[in-house]
Amino acid sequence: MVSRALSFQDIILTLHGFWSERGCVILQPYDVEVGAGTLHPATILRALGPKPWRAAYVQPSRRPSDGRHGDNPNRLRQFHQYQVILKPNPPDMQGLYLASLEAVGIDPRLHDIRFVEDDWENPTVGAWGLGWEVWCDGMEISQYTYFQQVGGLDVSPVSGEITYGLERLALYVQGVESIYDLAFNDPQSPDFMTYGDVFMESEREFSAFEQEQADTAILERQFQDMEAMVPRLLAAKGRRGQPLVLPAFDHVLKASHLFNLLDARGAIAVAQRQSYIGAIRDLCRACAQAWVKLQAADA
Amino acid sequence: MPQLLLELFSEEIPARMQPGAASELERTAAQRLSRASLTFEQMASFAGPRRLALVVDGLPARQVDQTEERKGPRVGAPETALAGFLRQAGVAREDLIERDGVWFANLARAGRPTIELVGKIAADLVTQFAWPKSMVWGSGSLRWVRPLHRILCVFDEQTVSLAVDGIVGADLTEGHRFMGEPGPFAARDFESYRAGLEARFVILDPADRRRRILEGARALCQAQGITLIEDDGLLEEVTGMVEWPVPLLGAMDRRFLDLPPEVIRTSMRTHQRYFAARAPDGALAPFFIAVANVEASDGGGLIAAGNARVLAARLEDARYFWEEDRRLSLEDRLGALAGITFHGKLGSMLERVARLEVLTRAIAPKVGAEATLALAAARLAKADLTTAMVGEFPELQGIMGGYYAKAEGLDPAIAAAVADHYKPQGPSESAPVAPVTIAVALADKLDTILAFFSIGEKPTGSRDPFALRRSALGVIRIILDNRLRLPLGEIIAASPFPADGVMDFFADRLKVLLRERGARHDLVDAVFAIGDDDLTRVVALIEALDGFLHTDNGENLLSGYRRASNILAAEARKGPLPVGAAARPSGPPEEVTLFDALENVRPRLAEAMEKEDFAAGLDALASLRPSVDAFFDAVLVNSTIPRERDGRLALLMLVRAAMGRVADFSRISG
Repeated sequence: MVSRALSFQDIILTLHGFWSERGCVILQPYDVEVGAGTLHPATILRALGPKPWRAAYVQPSRRPSDGRHGDNPNRLRQFHQYQVILKPNPPDMQGLYLASLEAVGIDPRLHDIRFVEDDWENPTVGAWGLGWEVWCDGMEISQYTYFQQVGGLDVSPVSGEITYGLERLALYVQGVESIYDLAFNDPQSPDFMTYGDVFMESEREFSAFEQEQADTAILERQFQDMEAMVPRLLAAKGRRGQPLVLPAFDHVLKASHLFNLLDARGAIAVAQRQSYIGAIRDLCRACAQAWVKLQAADA
Repeated sequence: MPQLLLELFSEEIPARMQPGAASELERTAAQRLSRASLTFEQMASFAGPRRLALVVDGLPARQVDQTEERKGPRVGAPETALAGFLRQAGVAREDLIERDGVWFANLARAGRPTIELVGKIAADLVTQFAWPKSMVWGSGSLRWVRPLHRILCVFDEQTVSLAVDGIVGADLTEGHRFMGEPGPFAARDFESYRAGLEARFVILDPADRRRRILEGARALCQAQGITLIEDDGLLEEVTGMVEWPVPLLGAMDRRFLDLPPEVIRTSMRTHQRYFAARAPDGALAPFFIAVANVEASDGGGLIAAGNARVLAARLEDARYFWEEDRRLSLEDRLGALAGITFHGKLGSMLERVARLEVLTRAIAPKVGAEATLALAAARLAKADLTTAMVGEFPELQGIMGGYYAKAEGLDPAIAAAVADHYKPQGPSESAPVAPVTIAVALADKLDTILAFFSIGEKPTGSRDPFALRRSALGVIRIILDNRLRLPLGEIIAASPFPADGVMDFFADRLKVLLRERGARHDLVDAVFAIGDDDLTRVVALIEALDGFLHTDNGENLLSGYRRASNILAAEARKGPLPVGAAARPSGPPEEVTLFDALENVRPRLAEAMEKEDFAAGLDALASLRPSVDAFFDAVLVNSTIPRERDGRLALLMLVRAAMGRVADFSRISG
């Protein structure tokens, strides 16, 4: 199995092909720092409102607190999620997901695939849903959720979201112990690269930056700037008289990442924590409401 | 007799909700059937990862005929009103019955075929089902625990016609996701349904799945010369996670065996849902049992190896925590407790620790604990909440603190107290016995109760979100099991929180506990009413009193007491009762005898109660009985001579006061 296993990038390409054939628009990662693929506006905003939507993309996900300076074989400050959103979720969505696993080389007759209760919630964006974590031989390889609320608003129709942890999946498919040893491209190629060749230096430098060097005074100032921009952008008007929801949402994402950085620097006291989360949630809710209104006006 | 079979086929149902869902289905179905006047012989329900099934045997083919009395217009109402009623009810004028000036029609309604009724009933069961948490999906509006795909509903081998939010009832279901013949199959009765599922690798009955898991796991262990550590909660959960259980033995790297066994077991259990096993020497064995949902074509080798790798990664993480956590002493962790909220209205864990120290200082001397050790233990008891290991496995709180304390070389009594101060957490866990542990365990629970009472969070009805009843029961069990002599009121007064209502709460809990042990709750009330806060003494007295009341003397004395009380109460309503000590009466002899008996009993009783020799105290009271009986037989209390009456009332007050030293007999019921 190991010799024929897909490389990291082949897993991505295979999933792109798979979901493209099933009607998804294949998007690029969002170019703002986020902690999870869900936060990409292609998921969080598109899950709102009545319009159908199918998209798939890779999202580098930054978790500053998880940085281990490249020393831990299982933990990264930036990992990659493969995100699929199907709205409304098709009736056979579980079947589609299982077929995608087969496509990347996980045979459900040889492995133990299980859907284990795991209800998803992200309080900073006022979102929750019911679903599972998906296990393959005891390893969590995906998160599967039916959104129920986003930005504090009930969703209708419901979006189904699949998030593959690409590194986990690749570890499994390739039978490798350390993320850094994953074959990034074809091991037979003269230009063979491991995951470590590609990302080790970034892990080391960003771990030091995020946990040791980031200037908390600057971060706090930037957080306030982002916070101030959101209501201004929502109150502003574009050429068609619309509020600038998407730019406003970018600022929410930036605020959220700044919060994560402050947290990783240990700069947020427990008492402040809730007020930061509350502030981000309120900004996100304002964007969600403006987006839904815009969708309704557009329909 | 006809059978009804209903299956609700969905995406994976959380294991923890399955048993409740099966009984909910049975309960609501029985209710609906009986409301439709449909009797049945037996009913059974089954829950599994992807299905909820119900089978009802012995239903009638049709409902029994019904009669309905319909009220019409008053007698003498306009002819048009009467004609309208007749038309509507479909009866002739001569069929009406007159009662109290009103016309009634008795309508016979032929029973409907059951198959026409069960469709509606099944549809209602689905739309009104009470899941602990439910969702909507796609563009539909039906709520279910996860998307519902099929409804199989057959009655007497006929498909029942029904539709719920676009799902049309049929006679079809599906087997295992990955094994057996794919696609739906038809089942028209329970036997073919169950057999069809089994042929497609689904075991319907959770009891069968549970047995297979347990037997399979035991056999795997036996072949390895090890013993399965049985775990009912885990077994229940795993039973709800597999349709076709295949237990597999996996190997754990021996190098992890130097981790605390609780860590390994918790990691196996909560992260991976694996069973653990013991080696012949009783230590944890380097194996685990995972329960797969598939019979893999390679015999499960890949699955077992995959699971072993995941466990190794988990334990590697645990080892990292175990090593990192020990870099900082428990003492050095105290500062970080300021950052952990105990409760929004009750401040931080650090503040809680300060309170634990105050309580422990008050308790230690009363329970024979060395104060310096107890205080050190109280101070460090919560420090492990700041460790990475407890962050990962909250259920190891206390236990990890104990290990870290031991690793630091702290006194074993401190380590044991830190480890065990949450005990007893349930009826199956015994109360701690080491004095230092007792001191901290009591302080922990008392502070919890006092703190939440102070912010108005008393348990009410079934609401007890902070498990205060369990805390109170823990305090009571620690005191009783160790026969501690603890003035609870005095200890509680040492807390900065007000004690309002707390002793009553303990009395209530003690009552519940003693009732479970077979004691009479009125005796608990009677003894508590005299204001004793020493639970060990209270319980001893209750036991003695219970025995006493079963004797002839006890019974008669109780009725004497009632008689005295009734007279005193009646007289008190007329005017103030006499004050001052009773003097020795001059006659009649029965009155003198009672006076002398009381003079004799009072010092004996006082001494016995002082020495807590309750049997002797009650014996002393018992010796009053003949004089009390004779007094009531011969003497009229309500004498016309005021001096005599006052003397006799004073005598009865003495009787009541003497008995009141033991208990408030007025609270004892017949």
